[in-house]
Amino acid sequence: MLAVRDVSVRYGARTILERIRFELADGQIVALQGPSGCGKSTLLRVIAGLLAPDEGTVELDGRDITALPPHRRHIGLVFQDDQLFPHRDVAANIEFGLRMQRMPSAARAARVAELLELVGLDGFGRRSVTSLSGGEAKRIALVRSLAPAPPLLLLDEPLTGLDVALHDRLADDLHRVLRATGTTALIVTHDPAEARALADRVVTLAELSDGAA
Amino acid sequence: MGIDLPQTVRLGLLAVPFAFLGVFYAWPLLTLVAEVVDGSTIVATMRRPGLAQVLWFTCWQAVVSTACTIAMGLAPAYLVARWDFPGRRVLIALLTVPFLLPTVVVGAAFIALLPDRLERSAFAVVLAHVFFNVAVVVRVVGGVWSQLPTDLVAAARVLGASPWRATREITLPLLRPALVAAGSIAFLFTFTSFGVVQILGGPTRATIEVEIARLATQLGDVGGAAVLSVIQLALLAAIVGLSARTQRRAAVSIGLRVQAPPRPRAFRARAAVSAAALATAAVVAAPMISLAMSSVQPGGRWSLVAWRDLGRPPTRPGADLGIDALGALGASARAAVLATVLAVAIGVLAALAIASTRTAGRLLDIGSMLPLGTSAVTIGFGMLITFDHAPVDWRGEPWLVPVGHALVAVPFVVRAALPVLRARPLGWSEAAAVLGASPIRAWWEIDVRLLRRPMLVGACFAAAVSFGEFGATTFLSRSGEETLPIAIARLLGRAGDIPRAQASALALVLAVATTVVLVGIELLDRSSSLARSSPARSGGDDARRS
Repeated sequence: MLAVRDVSVRYGARTILERIRFELADGQIVALQGPSGCGKSTLLRVIAGLLAPDEGTVELDGRDITALPPHRRHIGLVFQDDQLFPHRDVAANIEFGLRMQRMPSAARAARVAELLELVGLDGFGRRSVTSLSGGEAKRIALVRSLAPAPPLLLLDEPLTGLDVALHDRLADDLHRVLRATGTTALIVTHDPAEARALADRVVTLAELSDGAA
Repeated sequence: MGIDLPQTVRLGLLAVPFAFLGVFYAWPLLTLVAEVVDGSTIVATMRRPGLAQVLWFTCWQAVVSTACTIAMGLAPAYLVARWDFPGRRVLIALLTVPFLLPTVVVGAAFIALLPDRLERSAFAVVLAHVFFNVAVVVRVVGGVWSQLPTDLVAAARVLGASPWRATREITLPLLRPALVAAGSIAFLFTFTSFGVVQILGGPTRATIEVEIARLATQLGDVGGAAVLSVIQLALLAAIVGLSARTQRRAAVSIGLRVQAPPRPRAFRARAAVSAAALATAAVVAAPMISLAMSSVQPGGRWSLVAWRDLGRPPTRPGADLGIDALGALGASARAAVLATVLAVAIGVLAALAIASTRTAGRLLDIGSMLPLGTSAVTIGFGMLITFDHAPVDWRGEPWLVPVGHALVAVPFVVRAALPVLRARPLGWSEAAAVLGASPIRAWWEIDVRLLRRPMLVGACFAAAVSFGEFGATTFLSRSGEETLPIAIARLLGRAGDIPRAQASALALVLAVATTVVLVGIELLDRSSSLARSSPARSGGDDARRS
């Protein structure tokens, strides 16, 4: 469904991504693993449309979307540091994408409740996002991205910064939720064990650069 | 506070600033209020036909000026908050300068800039207010904007929000507290605007401030002016209270972070950012440039006559300007020197007293800030009606104007000195004591020496305040000792090309002098290590009150 063709990104003289080639099939969960600062997040931003590549194209279901602005791509992105909207409560954060799709409010409320249940946070809707613990905030960020049912979900270090017990529990949650919703996902992580636990397939940027994957 | 001094020394430190504030601030203010206690004066003033018009103009011009300031300030705030480009810091400094310019300079600049038809109009008043206060939006809103995580907007975008929708739903709500704060400051300044309205408002438009001055100095209606002063004080207190409440309500806790704005990557974005930066600089510089142009183009022809005649009062056949421009420069310089010495002495004593005593110190802390919250016109007017009879008939004294300036400047000196004293680690005096210094000796070696730099910063502020002060000086100025702002305002009131060109020339001199002093503050401030929080700059928000 997703095809990244010869994407390069440079900042001045510094090359961040060099001719990246990469394909992702429907329903697949792939982990992109590598040390921090190697350009993994940059690739996610190119795919989401937040950053225009200097060269190359991004295709979704055979359509060239390189010039399409992010809000028309229907690609979900879970940010490394959640980026929950601090002036909105939990429910308003989750339903943000649904409002953008003009879903009626009754349907939105039902969907929010269903998603909160999916991650075991029933009844959290009216809470302020600033009162959430680290693990709760991560789960809310995950379901906020899942709410508009994007065909493709990008996750940037979704489990980084959690303590060990929470990390393992959330890894299970994430695995379960992605399977349950049948979401195609690309997960960026620096942790090889996490990559193997979450994904069907693990790749590194170096492999993609050679066009090996 | 931790500074350990003998009781007598503390009392001595406290006495001087308390006495100064008591005689020159509290007494005049109480005299003003006493003037009003007489009920018939209140009734007579309330019945004045022009009063409703004055109140109406004061309010609507403040509302419109504030709204326009916010609207006009958002674009430059976005530019400097979200993008990095060559000359970004210079542009921020340039955007800040208008806020610190004396009001008469801005008035003169807009007279020079606007076509004759518009130069004395409500439009001119609003435009000048916007020019003044855009700096507030750039600093306050831009400051928060630059620290809003860019990924919050990115998160909204990937969830399906268009750029406009993301701005409306994410950026603007998160900027709201900053917008409310900036709006409150702009509203307070335009509500109490004196110099700008005096010069650009023309004969028919007056804010409460201008009306107070007109009643007191032109019509001799002291009672009426006093009533208006008290109304003004009450309204100001109400507005400050209201804005404090709104700001508390609007508060959202956001995870702000210091992040360097990116340079635009694509060529088109680079071109757009550069063009916007240049356009902003041009708009900000335009009034100053037209000031310079008009000083060398009396009546539309190139001529240096205005500058040449600055030195001698120009007497043309049948017309004597009666204003000695160079004399005004001298008077301003004399006033500034005396005001600076006074303000630094009182301010430093106050800071030392505040830092070394408890209850009395807190009282002095608040008391020394009060002159900032009082309009300069009220201060000048109060002093005028208090010191006009024996044994305190001081109206003819050459030191009365500098005392008024010092009163307005003392808070800046206190704000510059206090953080340094408070930030100083306690261990230093303990170390000095262990090394054999007596308490007084330790205090002298540590605290007094620490104050050298803040004293310089405070002195610069006091000089800048004194050079630009217009509101209080209007009341206290003696004929023959006019300061620069008074001389400029007088020249602008005269008909003819030469006086106007001379007003521009003098305003340019004043603008350059103020800018030089403020650049000095910036340099001193930046090299100071203890006063990192930069109290001087936050205090500087009030530097142009007059």
